[in-house]
Amino acid sequence: MIEVVNLNKSFGDLHVLKDINITIHKGEKVVVIGPSGSGKSTFLRCLNCMEDPTSGSILFHGVDLTDMKVDINLHRQKMGMVFQHFNLFNNKTVLENITLAPEYIAKKQMRKLKLRRKSYGAEIKSAKQIKEETKANAMELLERVGLSDKAEAYPSQLSGGQKQRVAIVRSLAMQPEVMLFDEPTSALDPEMVGEVLEVMKDLAKSGMTMVVVTHEMGFAREVADRVLFMDDGRILEEGTPDAIFNHPQNDRLKEFLSKVL
Amino acid sequence: MRAAKRIWIMDNFGQRVEKFISLFQGNSADAYISDILTGLQNTVKIAVLGLIIGIIIGTLIAAVRVMPKYKRLPRVLNAICGVYVGFFRGTPMVVQLLLFYYVALPLLDINASSVAVAITVFGMNSGAYISEIMRGGIMSVDPGQMEGGRSVGLSFGTTMMKIVIPQAVKNIIPTLGNEFITLVKETSVVSFVGATDLYVAFRKIGTSTYEFMVPYLVMALIYIVLVLLITALIKLVERRLRKSDRGR
Ligand SMILES: Nc1ncnc2c1ncn2[C@@H]1O[C@H](COP(=O)(O)OP(=O)(O)OP(=O)(O)O)[C@@H](O)[C@H]1O
Ligand SMILES: [Mg+2]
Repeated sequence: MIEVVNLNKSFGDLHVLKDINITIHKGEKVVVIGPSGSGKSTFLRCLNCMEDPTSGSILFHGVDLTDMKVDINLHRQKMGMVFQHFNLFNNKTVLENITLAPEYIAKKQMRKLKLRRKSYGAEIKSAKQIKEETKANAMELLERVGLSDKAEAYPSQLSGGQKQRVAIVRSLAMQPEVMLFDEPTSALDPEMVGEVLEVMKDLAKSGMTMVVVTHEMGFAREVADRVLFMDDGRILEEGTPDAIFNHPQNDRLKEFLSKVL
Repeated sequence: MRAAKRIWIMDNFGQRVEKFISLFQGNSADAYISDILTGLQNTVKIAVLGLIIGIIIGTLIAAVRVMPKYKRLPRVLNAICGVYVGFFRGTPMVVQLLLFYYVALPLLDINASSVAVAITVFGMNSGAYISEIMRGGIMSVDPGQMEGGRSVGLSFGTTMMKIVIPQAVKNIIPTLGNEFITLVKETSVVSFVGATDLYVAFRKIGTSTYEFMVPYLVMALIYIVLVLLITALIKLVERRLRKSDRGR
């Protein structure tokens, strides 16, 4: 589903990602581990072009996202992203955070359909219908993560764990095909890590394709189909959790594991 | 001797005040009052409409200036905005007003009232200043807000409009208030293109009675009251916005 070809990324003189090649398949759970500053976040952010790769290509369903002519926004709708610091919209309620993008985009599509008169067969929905549908969908998702009572709250009134669950729901509301997680539990107090990991495990069970950067080795062991070990901008080793954690080959990986396990 | 002089001055001042007040009981009272009201109306009209236009122009320019600059179009727009801001911040408002009224209008063969020209120039001028204020406001908003919007597939412009700018505006209300006060005070330059403002109205009173002291004092007072009113209004708006923020 996602094919990364010869990906390179530099920030000025700093060469952060070096010739990365990898393919991520539908339904696969890929966990990325590695020391701080090794380029994990940069790699993840290149996947949906939050960072523009310096060279190489990111193929999503065969479309090269690094091509400037590609409408990146269209593809990002199908690639959810969850950040370490949540990045919820501070000026919107929880419900608005979730419905904002789906509602806006659905309305825009309806306008386009109407304008082009291409509506034969296609169902034309009113703005009100769209609003109600996205709201119902959002409430259902909130229910799933146990936060339906917080729909009218503002992000500033939530705990870190609650914020992150809302952030996950915000991405899910776009019905993405893949979810990218960048250290989703690193900014949380220890007692809140569990509730977020639970949601992510549920998501994994539902068959979602996931790429997760994390320091939670337990999660990696339990959920990952494949673990990537990154160091100094390269993928030094990849394999099943068993191979990576129990039979590491690379010396850097062995050293890293001895520190974190 | 000194005391005597002081008494004379006070007496004299009292007489001047009485003279000024009597103006408004005489035959031409209506004319004076309507002049002052017109002046006041023009001052408020130019400042308020100028501010609104300024906010729109300023927000657009600020958005262009913080746009990612990979593509050609943002770079071209950015250069244009740079020239625009440079011009309006680099020349006095009077000069801009004169240029518009006596150069641009005749060249473009447009007929417009001096008040309309003043509104336009005030809007464009404050647009340049507000763009800088707004840019600061936008940069004070956590970049994560933009990333959050982009990550769900919203465009740069949509995220800007719906997420970043509302938060930026909240941060810059006090500074925008100062800009508004500056505009109110600067409206006194419209007399250069023949519009009636408070200054013109009171100057007329002064010239007709050969007595300028009291009229100009009253004029200053009106300005002060106006500014105090605006200050109170800004405080009110600020408090409203903070309330909608709930706990933050
Ligand atoms: N926007 C940027 N500008 C300049 N340098 C950057 C930028 N983002 C990241 N870097 C640099 O790129 C390198 C890799 O950063 P990255 O955030 O990808 O590491 P990471 O593996 O995610 O680390 P961590 O585990 O601490 O999150 C670091 O040296 C970092 O300083
Ligand atoms: Mg990181």
